[in-house]
Amino acid sequence: MAQAQGGYYVPHGSYWPLVGCIGLTTSVVGASGYFNGDWSIWPLLVGAAIMAVMFFGWFGTVIHESVSGVYNSQVDRSFRWGMTWFIFSEVMFFGAFFGALFYARVFSVPWLGGEDIVTNQLLWDSVNLRWPTAGPGFGHLEWEPMGAWPLPTINTLLLLTSGVTLTIAHHALKANQRLKLVLFMWATVLLGTTFLIFQGYEYIHAYRELNLRLDTGIYGSTFFMLTGFHGVHVIIGTVALLVITLRCMRGHFTPGHHFGFEGVAWYWHFVDVVWLGLYIFVYVL
Amino acid sequence: MTAMTHEAEHHGPPSNFFQRWLFTTNHKDIGTLYLVFSLVMFFIGGAMALIIRAELFQPGLQLVDPYFFNQMTTLHALVMIFGAVMPAFTGLANWMIPIMIGAPDMALPRMNNWSFWLLPFAFAILLSTLFMPGGGPAGGWTMYPPLMLQHGMSFPFVIFSVHLMGISSIMGAINVIATVLNMRAPGMSLMKMPMFAWAWLITGFLIIGVMPVLAGAITMLLTDQYFGTTFFSAAGGGDPVLYQHIFWFFGHPEVYIMILPAFGIISAIIPTFSRKPLFGYSSMVYAIASIAFLSFLVWAHHMFTVGMLLAGSLFFMYATMVISVPTGVKVFNWVATMWRGSLTFETPMLFAIAFVILFTIGGFSGLMLSIVPADFQYHDTYFVVAHFHYVLVTGAVFSIIAATYYWLPKWTGHMYDERLGKWHFWLSVIFVNILFFPQHFLGLAGMPRRIPDYALQFAEFNMISTIGAFGFGFAQLIFLWVIIKCVRGGEKAPAKVWDGAEGLEWTLSSPPPYHSFTTPPVIPETEAPAR
Repeated sequence: MAQAQGGYYVPHGSYWPLVGCIGLTTSVVGASGYFNGDWSIWPLLVGAAIMAVMFFGWFGTVIHESVSGVYNSQVDRSFRWGMTWFIFSEVMFFGAFFGALFYARVFSVPWLGGEDIVTNQLLWDSVNLRWPTAGPGFGHLEWEPMGAWPLPTINTLLLLTSGVTLTIAHHALKANQRLKLVLFMWATVLLGTTFLIFQGYEYIHAYRELNLRLDTGIYGSTFFMLTGFHGVHVIIGTVALLVITLRCMRGHFTPGHHFGFEGVAWYWHFVDVVWLGLYIFVYVL
Repeated sequence: MTAMTHEAEHHGPPSNFFQRWLFTTNHKDIGTLYLVFSLVMFFIGGAMALIIRAELFQPGLQLVDPYFFNQMTTLHALVMIFGAVMPAFTGLANWMIPIMIGAPDMALPRMNNWSFWLLPFAFAILLSTLFMPGGGPAGGWTMYPPLMLQHGMSFPFVIFSVHLMGISSIMGAINVIATVLNMRAPGMSLMKMPMFAWAWLITGFLIIGVMPVLAGAITMLLTDQYFGTTFFSAAGGGDPVLYQHIFWFFGHPEVYIMILPAFGIISAIIPTFSRKPLFGYSSMVYAIASIAFLSFLVWAHHMFTVGMLLAGSLFFMYATMVISVPTGVKVFNWVATMWRGSLTFETPMLFAIAFVILFTIGGFSGLMLSIVPADFQYHDTYFVVAHFHYVLVTGAVFSIIAATYYWLPKWTGHMYDERLGKWHFWLSVIFVNILFFPQHFLGLAGMPRRIPDYALQFAEFNMISTIGAFGFGFAQLIFLWVIIKCVRGGEKAPAKVWDGAEGLEWTLSSPPPYHSFTTPPVIPETEAPAR
């Protein structure tokens, strides 16, 4: 199965990438048909299921290889670089949506509201817009913006605490204190899950009581797209943490060799930092 | 697991065809797949260009209906950018970087397979839109709203296919960066790396930095269309211009993604055939890095006419002009490398020299376009078309052709047919100028781009341009024939194909063994920087 190439592990052929291609293609073709109203949601779900199988199988193979000890320190470094740059790409993805938020708040909304005379007179005369707004064409909507208190603040504390518990777990792993490691990992998973439940509750609150929806103009667009993509990342991160916790309970990872753990920890901290940006720019300011 | 490690000591490729090509983790096989895919896309995109040029042969509407014409301009761009040029560079990186830096393979071989195989799926989706009710995308490759949102059923397919291309190139870039940073042979410090590895390291950074931004922009298009968000609608407090800002924040670094690897290739070829080391190695590295850095600060020069603050216009104009400085450094260094060298003019060198001259013409017209008041006249005219085809065809594509001739003997183990190569070069270089040079005049005289008909005074230059297009297009069939002929046989190539060539790739046999460096070579402390 493996070739030791000057010590560097080069795997033999694998069918998981092809399964991934089929899964992704089924998902996006299914989603397109669903959006066009031609198909039910089932093709999309089948694609997602294939993707889930692919991740399970692919990562399963990697874990198997890792446990059997074929990865040397150079392979470990490749994984580290890979994860680092993957997280950088995620940062830039969020950057696009933060950019949209800043552009709306600093430019387009004030321009439409009269700061830019031409825009104001040609497009929407005599409106006086201030953030938060759903935009000049949506003035008839009755809705309220989402406040920073209490849920978002509690959620901030939950995520920050989860960062601390994760770090404690990491130190426990390095000191080979397995019980402490497992307990703090479960605490982290629990905090992540609680965050998600609160976030779900916040969305229900927004839709039911505030009448704040995804289509509530630019405020609703930026609010739900930013917090929504963040929420998706928290879901991914929580699942990853859960997998790592179960692996810890199985006795995986050693004090000196645990990139799987660290990769997930980096990802979790990244999700944490994005949330801080959201808390400041979406909720507080 | 461990029991199987020994069975794997044999060094050939898997004998089963599907196992070898579908499941491969071998950097050379994946490089070959990328290059073949890119060649196929090059001809598909080229056929689309010929449809465009055929329609423009005469004034009036004769061959295709205008809506189909618009689909051709849109798809020609998407196919050439994401299907031909970028995969060609990724293929070259896959083939060459591990053997240039003395690595056994790419750093993340399984992900490498995924990066490639996503592309055929993505392009199957994209090209299938041509056969859907309402046809393929026709709003231009930039996909500006609100035009793009007025599409038929192809819209989500186009968006998602671009998502897949983005995922593919991000994974490819992560792999190249991890390889360059982690897989170099002992003793090969960063400043001893071949310039191609340097160029790709920085290109990889650009890809990872901007492809996700494109993903964000087109995701907003999708939600604006299907979920009622108003990112690009003034009624909802958004702004269609916002899309242009996000798109070009991706789009400008994207054009450097398509030229920096070319710089690396030219920096390898010119020293070989000048039999001199590359002039100013470290200044080349710093120039590439500066170009990459500046590329993040110039995006709005694509949209001066959209209206922006005076301070914004001035900033983006001057920032754009500043890019000429590091680019000038590079051109100077290539010329200085040739200065007093013992030059020979094999096909790769001919294409490399043509690159230096013609890319510089494209650079100069870019400088003209950066001047805000002048840009108001040039914007969306054929002058812009001429400009970016000089940098992309006689720049990026010429460098890919040059690289193919340069390394084809290394890949196949056979020498290519030099006589046919020369024919290919001279026909290409003559016809490409007949094709694109008149477009400068058309643009300056006011002919708009992306319109299937034009006023009578543009007739002569359009006719000349179309003749050039068909000449250039058919000249590429020679290229195809040279490649096929070289793969099938020919004079045996030695390990060091070119007597002036230096670098680790020439220490391996031609073709190299299936697994490149089973034990990493050691680079002596004193050795001069590679090229």
